[in-house]
Amino acid sequence: MKTSLSKPSRALAVLAASALLSACGTTRLAGDQSNASNLATSTPVPTAASERSPSAQPSGAPQSSVATVNLGSGAGAGGATSAGAAALLALPSQRVVYFDFDSFAIKDDFKPLLDGYSRVLSANRGKKLMIEGHTDERGGREYNLALGQKRAGAVVSSLKLLGVNEGQVEAVSFGEERPSTQGTDESAWAKNRRAELKDR
Amino acid sequence: MPAVDRARRALVTSGLLAATAPALAQFRVEISGIGATQIPLAAAVFRGEADAGVAVSRIVRADLERSGLVRTLDVDQELDERSAVDLAQWRGRGVDALLAGSVTRLLDGRFDVRYKLWDAVKNQELLGQSKVVLAADLRLAAHRVADEIHEKLTGERGVNATRIAYVVRAGRRFTLHVTDADGEGGQVALASPEPIISPAWSPDGRRLAYVSFETQKAVIWVQDLVTGQRSMLASFRGSNSAPAWSPDSRQLAVALSQAGLTQLYLMPAGGGTPQRLTRSNGIDTEPVFASDGRSIFFVSDRGGGPQIYRVGLDGDAPQRVTFAGSYNISPAISPDGTQLAFITRQGAGYRLMLQDLKDGTVLPLSDTQDDESPSFAPNGRLLVYASRVRGNDVLMTTTLDGKIKTRLLSISSGADMREPAWGPFGR
Repeated sequence: MKTSLSKPSRALAVLAASALLSACGTTRLAGDQSNASNLATSTPVPTAASERSPSAQPSGAPQSSVATVNLGSGAGAGGATSAGAAALLALPSQRVVYFDFDSFAIKDDFKPLLDGYSRVLSANRGKKLMIEGHTDERGGREYNLALGQKRAGAVVSSLKLLGVNEGQVEAVSFGEERPSTQGTDESAWAKNRRAELKDR
Repeated sequence: MPAVDRARRALVTSGLLAATAPALAQFRVEISGIGATQIPLAAAVFRGEADAGVAVSRIVRADLERSGLVRTLDVDQELDERSAVDLAQWRGRGVDALLAGSVTRLLDGRFDVRYKLWDAVKNQELLGQSKVVLAADLRLAAHRVADEIHEKLTGERGVNATRIAYVVRAGRRFTLHVTDADGEGGQVALASPEPIISPAWSPDGRRLAYVSFETQKAVIWVQDLVTGQRSMLASFRGSNSAPAWSPDSRQLAVALSQAGLTQLYLMPAGGGTPQRLTRSNGIDTEPVFASDGRSIFFVSDRGGGPQIYRVGLDGDAPQRVTFAGSYNISPAISPDGTQLAFITRQGAGYRLMLQDLKDGTVLPLSDTQDDESPSFAPNGRLLVYASRVRGNDVLMTTTLDGKIKTRLLSISSGADMREPAWGPFGR
């Protein structure tokens, strides 16, 4: 469906519409009033004494209003860069470790890279990293969240074996929720099976 | 083509042409399949519903058709609940039941919704009701009318007045929606620049637990839907996910990776110290409580690939439940405890299956390739799930025999609609 609104404006329109829908009444109905009725009898017409005009609205919020919580547009993906970090050595510029399908094993290719990280972190005990694990899009979201966690965990284990302190590294996962590359073929999938090393 | 379908097509077309329509294209209900016995029910437009601005009779008809209970026919006369009707004439036209009603605006601005249901076969009145509601509650009143009729005709509770939660990703925006069980009337509970997954309804329908990545990792939150108040339930080291409420609302089962591997824990609903529930050398995740609250079904790959297990809260060892195939995930348990819905991987596809827990028979419920997140309606008669049809992400409902399917909601490719969770009875 094509509209003339850009995506952010559409999102705002949806939010605005939903804000209008969630009424801010101070009272709520206890429940609708179903009467098991003999419909041959006369119609009861409740009249509110103070509200005679046809346009007056009764007080009370609708039964199922949902309040919208808007977290704003965010700072974008990525951990904060450590401000004013006086690192004695710079971290390697390569920030990503890639994995084979269904695997969380660190391939030999990446061992020199992790060596480099462990040296910097061992020399700078105040330096911290977040290791973020990811999967490709195939499979269930919660299971993939756990698989991504295993990948991040494998990187953390390697770093700890190389001398990095427990408190300097945390393993987290985005599962399939934050692909670096869109696509439904193996070349895209291979780029999404990864762990990213981010400043904390 | 019956008049009802023609009217539906017209509505879909006009919806698509509206230039300021919201990002979600909300299709009218499309129902496929043939049910066992469908009662022919003639339904008149409710007197006054056009002025009230809510097509109460159409909502009632769509609700009843979606349950597979009836097929509806138009009424070409003006009738309401007070009309004198010639039931024999209706019977002669092949109609078993007749519905007519009215929507009347009261002096205080509320509306009086009344209806009568006649049985043309037994030549008697079946049901007559009246309810007074705010204008904003007219849709809900229509759903309640459908529930009352459903219960009168079947003896079982209808789910038309219940709600469904789901997540939409559009570009870099993620929104958690709450909508009526017919997919209409959606409201946004949370809008975020980061992913939201695994919404779970509290048993009283007042709160949603969910996983949000707004702090750059998976954290479980609990949010009050009416007030918008929210708090973190679990933000331990690593990932915190897969929340599932106990039936008594006092605790949640969650998946935490704080011990290294993702394992299951129990947490008090108000937050606190997690108590470990499973110990395996694999991944344990996706817990869901049985209705009696005494056992939990979950996914574990302790045996190689992910399979579904069941563990009693009394401390016995988990028992494996799924045996066919090498990848079975996303369990959902029917309220009566006899049916397990789940997703199985077959080749490159992920398909919705139903297993009878009494005798072990397994039935495929769909012929699509991209199914996710099944969730039972609270009367156990329907499942909602996410799927992909012709490149579009959709929410579908299905009866448990797989025969009657409804496309609830649909959005065009470029956005992503996932993670449906069916809410409880009682709004």
